[in-house]
Amino acid sequence: MDFRDSSREAEFRARLRAWLVDNNPGLPPSSTDDEYWARQAEWHTALYDAGFFGLSWPERYGGHDLPAVFDVILDEELAAAGAPPRPSLGYLVQGITVHAGDAIKDRFLPGIISGRDRWCQGFSEPDAGSDLASLRTTATRDGDDFVVNGHKIWTSYSDVADWCFLLARTDLAVPKHKGLSLLAVPMGQPGVEQRPLRMINGITSEFGQVLFDGARTPVTNMIGEPGEGWRVAMTILDHEREPAELGYVARYAKTVKELEATVRADPGSFRSDQHQAVAWAHVQAEMLRLHVCRRLSERLDGVEHGPGGSVDKLLMTWVEQGVGSAALAVAGASAATDADDVALKIYLYSRAQSVMGGTSQIQKNIVATRVLGLPTA
Amino acid sequence: MDTRDTPEQAELRRSARQVARELGPATVADLDDGTRAKRLAVAVGEAGWLELRDDDVDGAPVASGVEAAIVADALGGAVADVAFTGPVLAADLARRAGVDPAAAAVVGFSPSLVEPGIVSGAETMTSLVAVDGAGHDGAVYALAPDGAGHRLVGVPIEGQPAESDGGSDLTRLLRVIPAGAPVRAVAGPARVLTADDLAAWTALGLALTSADLVGVMRGVLDVTVAYARERRQFGAPVGSFQAVQHLLAEARCLMDGSFSVALHASWAVDALEPEEALAAGRVAKAYCARAAKTVCEAAIQVHGGIGNTWECLAHVYLRRGLLSTQWFGDDGRQLRELGRERLGVGDGLP
Repeated sequence: MDFRDSSREAEFRARLRAWLVDNNPGLPPSSTDDEYWARQAEWHTALYDAGFFGLSWPERYGGHDLPAVFDVILDEELAAAGAPPRPSLGYLVQGITVHAGDAIKDRFLPGIISGRDRWCQGFSEPDAGSDLASLRTTATRDGDDFVVNGHKIWTSYSDVADWCFLLARTDLAVPKHKGLSLLAVPMGQPGVEQRPLRMINGITSEFGQVLFDGARTPVTNMIGEPGEGWRVAMTILDHEREPAELGYVARYAKTVKELEATVRADPGSFRSDQHQAVAWAHVQAEMLRLHVCRRLSERLDGVEHGPGGSVDKLLMTWVEQGVGSAALAVAGASAATDADDVALKIYLYSRAQSVMGGTSQIQKNIVATRVLGLPTA
Repeated sequence: MDTRDTPEQAELRRSARQVARELGPATVADLDDGTRAKRLAVAVGEAGWLELRDDDVDGAPVASGVEAAIVADALGGAVADVAFTGPVLAADLARRAGVDPAAAAVVGFSPSLVEPGIVSGAETMTSLVAVDGAGHDGAVYALAPDGAGHRLVGVPIEGQPAESDGGSDLTRLLRVIPAGAPVRAVAGPARVLTADDLAAWTALGLALTSADLVGVMRGVLDVTVAYARERRQFGAPVGSFQAVQHLLAEARCLMDGSFSVALHASWAVDALEPEEALAAGRVAKAYCARAAKTVCEAAIQVHGGIGNTWECLAHVYLRRGLLSTQWFGDDGRQLRELGRERLGVGDGLP
């Protein structure tokens, strides 16, 4: 057991740290500002061009074939430098890697990894949230194309996406889980309309809804087999639930560092319960960092992803919301008197974590039945 | 970085859990079975686990904090009624001070259980509490100020009236040595313990009590999940109801996160500088203490009325957790220390 860097890891860390000195874009925390989302593509490209993105993904597609623990080093150094977290695309890459054929992988993965192509994920619908398999967006075969009709919502990055990773019903005659397929649909066409959603913290450029009205995509853009859509979606959601995939650890550590600096600058102006809230936020962020270290180390054994991702998602949710509450506690009255208060925005954004990627209630169902083996009702 | 067990660590984890499961109490009634407890103590002794922190060569311990924590975790998981953490901590302190580990069996703590008792003069001024100390005659270690550091001294247990036979933990007994006990020098070519020595030793104490709490969480969760599968109400196992499932799912997550943070603290004991190891121990203890309380409370709740009776094992886990939480300081204490170090805030209290 060793939490220390190997010589190869130490060399990588030093090179990354040196690069960050000159290349930190100094963006605001992602959760609080539209500017972050506006410049995220630039940050992705800069990381990729410098060789610091897609570390654990295949070289063939623009990655570096490194063990997943290198992602931890990347996240730690980004947080230490106060740089933005890496863009979270791991779940898309994993979904395509596990389920798609070589032709699809060669076509799509290099663009996703390099940041040349921007993607959004079209899963949820207004009437299909936790009950995702009841979704009603259809993709109907018409010659060499599928024609897509339906309404997707809570779609991250839909405003800037070139492609939508779309879960749609391709067979109405079979039970609901079996009639779904996964399609890559080009966003820049007349049958696709994107509308931004304003989040409770005021940002408008992360979430959107997408309306498909006769949009077309070639049948060769199917990812996996016809009817395999539910399995592809579950692979993606299992990954999406793992903090290691998301790189969010860095975001929490960065917020905690800022809270600590605020208190340290004038400790006497904060009450002891505020001191304690910040110390507890530090404990939680450290727990998650170390938990990710352990999870990624386990992958050296080839441990399968699965329902354990829901354990990690719940831990991550508690940490994000704990850090958000600490920010609110430190801000005191300014979170009530200043609508633009950063702590207020961090706190409000944190409330989404227990919903996105599957609600905490759904995660607890999964942990209870698939991890603990409790009987279903 | 590779946080996996080495093959030797994995084997130790397996065998420690096996011994604890086979010889630890399976029921509350088993706690009265002295023959079983004696066999458990013999097995722990014969495995060499009590010597893990003894001097191996040139002041280095036989095994790292990781191995010691693996055993602590296994024993906590089975609420094993055997002395382990107390003797191991005493041996570790003796090694750092360069004295014979046989000089005392355990360390005498201040009544708060947070730090070793500090004595000056010929007699103790406050009482000392020896955890894992019942049944050991001889002496406990305490610290006497010596220049910039501390010297290890002995306070005899023998001949002292015991104020209490034990605390709330039904599996690890306490021995309270009242004020006024004589203070004696300990044999051996003793060194003065520096602040770094005590920081590293405290880091070990935090790591072992955190590991014990992780074991407590795993053990009580196993017992409770099994019960939730069996116990039927409304014609179905109570574990099939979402309200019960969610309590247990939360408990499982808390246990998993605690394991990660406690593992790091146990590694930090020997791998990091004393102050860093101490900080890692404080983070682990703060998280594990809060988590263990929540997990044990959920376990009692899921057991319903049975969970509130003496014969249900759940309270044995909770009680063990309460002692491990207080030993070296609870979550509030750790957060205050972290606040001092990271935020530069002090409240003027000790």
